[in-house]
Amino acid sequence: MVHFTAEEKSTILSVWGKVNVEEAGGEALGRLLVVYPWTQRFFDNFGNLSSPSAIMGNPKVKAHGKKVLTSFGEAVKNMDNLKGAFAKLSELHCDKLHVDPENFKLLGNVMVIILATHFGKEFTPDVQAAWQKLVSGVATALAHKYH
Amino acid sequence: MVLLGERKRKDLSLYFLQLTRLLVVYPWTQRFFDNFGNLSSASAIMGNPKVKDHGKKVLTSLGEAIKNMDDLKGTFAHLSELHCDRLHVDPENFKLLGNELVIVLAKYFGKEFTPQVQAAWQKMVAGVAIALAHKYH
Repeated sequence: MVHFTAEEKSTILSVWGKVNVEEAGGEALGRLLVVYPWTQRFFDNFGNLSSPSAIMGNPKVKAHGKKVLTSFGEAVKNMDNLKGAFAKLSELHCDKLHVDPENFKLLGNVMVIILATHFGKEFTPDVQAAWQKLVSGVATALAHKYH
Repeated sequence: MVLLGERKRKDLSLYFLQLTRLLVVYPWTQRFFDNFGNLSSASAIMGNPKVKDHGKKVLTSLGEAIKNMDDLKGTFAHLSELHCDRLHVDPENFKLLGNELVIVLAKYFGKEFTPQVQAAWQKMVAGVAIALAHKYH
């Protein structure tokens, strides 16, 4: 089980407090679909994903991105029990959505990059390290119920 | 790639020294730098002169990648052999360094680091990681 120090928790919370979940969610999912184009296969019914600008402007991508990031907010509130917090979503992604769990790491990566673009200098190595730990904990938790 | 003008490329050299972030964010990578002195904390690492020097060396080498995007394997053949035969570096670490580079670029360029720019750079760093692993046996 991943363990966060008090400092790491406070770093994560302080960054999260400044994140606009709606905007960042759309951006995160959009970037995933642009940078790792094979992930588009999970979003067949999202309409126009034919170019980066189509993807980034797609309203379904934005809406779903917001949903994904709101869910990520649960991780931030439950850093001591990520596996419990994501148990149901893990089952959903395995049993119904059939998503390769490697993709959770890709999304985590994209999130770290978005934070870097938004926070610039404030995104120090310590802040980055805390967030990489969180996204990797979330990826592990989302893969936990796979069978 | 062409979105990075010459001026910005020079400014980047300072930020690229922050490749030392690799040692902070992925602490196990410190094992390859035993003789670098004080790596006991994030600030010690970021201020360590040997780390800065070596970061500059690594980045100069990455500059070769940018000049030789059509032949990354050829460009990095010698370095690949070095990292396998003498330095014994797990090639997984090349992907981590590539990741750090993308994050530093994101930090530096902010909004300009659009999804398309990110995609191009991720392709580049993945290519470099593969090229560096190519001569492993």
